Amino acid sequence: MKEITHLIRKEISLEWKSKYSFNGLLLYVISTIFVCYLSFKQIIDPPTWNALFWIIMLFASVNAVAKSFMTENRGRLLYYYTLTSASAVIISKTVYNVLLLLVLSLINLLFYSIFIGNLVQDLPMFIIGMILGCMGFASIMTLISAIASKAGGNSTLIAILSFPILIPLLITIIRFTKNAMDGLDWSVNYKFLIILVALNLLTMALSYLLFPYLWRE
Amino acid sequence: MKLWLKIICIAFLFITIIGGLLVPVPRLAILHETIRNLFFHVPMWFSMIAVLVASLFYSFKFLSKNDLDLDVKAEEFARVGIVFGILGLLTGSLWAKYTWGAWWTNDVKLNGAAATMLVYFAYFLLRNSIDDEQKRARISAVYSIFAFALMTVFIFILPRLTDSLHPGNGGNPAFAKYDLDSNMRLVFYPAVIGWSLLAFWIADIRIRLHKINNQIEESQS
Repeated sequence: MKEITHLIRKEISLEWKSKYSFNGLLLYVISTIFVCYLSFKQIIDPPTWNALFWIIMLFASVNAVAKSFMTENRGRLLYYYTLTSASAVIISKTVYNVLLLLVLSLINLLFYSIFIGNLVQDLPMFIIGMILGCMGFASIMTLISAIASKAGGNSTLIAILSFPILIPLLITIIRFTKNAMDGLDWSVNYKFLIILVALNLLTMALSYLLFPYLWRE
Repeated sequence: MKLWLKIICIAFLFITIIGGLLVPVPRLAILHETIRNLFFHVPMWFSMIAVLVASLFYSFKFLSKNDLDLDVKAEEFARVGIVFGILGLLTGSLWAKYTWGAWWTNDVKLNGAAATMLVYFAYFLLRNSIDDEQKRARISAVYSIFAFALMTVFIFILPRLTDSLHPGNGGNPAFAKYDLDSNMRLVFYPAVIGWSLLAFWIADIRIRLHKINNQIEESQS
């Protein structure tokens, strides 16, 4: 447990030291939203609003999570290997990426609402959906990023490997947040909530179990 | 593969092709003769899932045993799974053109099938991008287990929550409804077993070929 908190703190302080990468992500999200604003002007159709929001989020999270294992050079990974266990590394990376995506999604929501307009009727429900979505995105992509970095690939490889397996999560999350936008009752969204939680638990359990096999070399 | 399994495979496929085209079928509105697609389209998915489960099984086994022969099996089973998946998409698409009037509809089952194909194409791309054999085997085994678990949710759980045009959903008839028709059942069950055995037979030959190629390469170098 102590190892995990130390590793998370290390990630955050690394991010803080080289503000360039986080600022880059911020600029990426904002300029994407601005491009969308200029091309769409205004969106009055809730499904389109929702789909566009999640597509922006999808590409932003590929960029955000892609570097989590790419930037680690061989020497540093070897250093971790002598210090901590594989499970501590994957848990800390996943938790850190969840935090990163949550911050990104809030910024995304803010600027998206300013430029394109906010059509959400049930904001608390939408934000719960957003949190669950970010957790799922982060946990899937962290393991995929580890796989892709072992394969010596670039961010194209991450996109190819992660998009198909993100689809189930993405359609469920789009349905959930669409219901939140329409201000539907909780009873409608209950089954989607269960699937989202189950998907999150499944991916986290799988990455916890599978990562040690990638780790040892 | 055992000889008697091969004989059963050939006999059942003869039953499927001859019986599938000649057996009397119930006359139903819209479906008419296209109902015969049941003998060809549905078994493709059954066989695909069977070989993909076999591939998953060998991926698991590789991670625990670390034997490269197991990786060859996992790879070849996945390859045969892709072929059967493509055949399933083609037969389904052809059927959809004449019953629904479109080659492709935005349906959760169809999209699940397409996404599964994408996952396995990505799997082979990942394999090709790694040169070292041990490393390739381990990383692709991890990916295939991870992807398979998430695809299971997509293919088996999500379609049950939404309405779909596909037979078996939203009040559309599926083959369970025709089980009363003993003629069709007489052909359908052999068809499923026959096509699945064929898939395993092809995979078996490909695995042997792969191993021979490996040996030739080793002896040359």
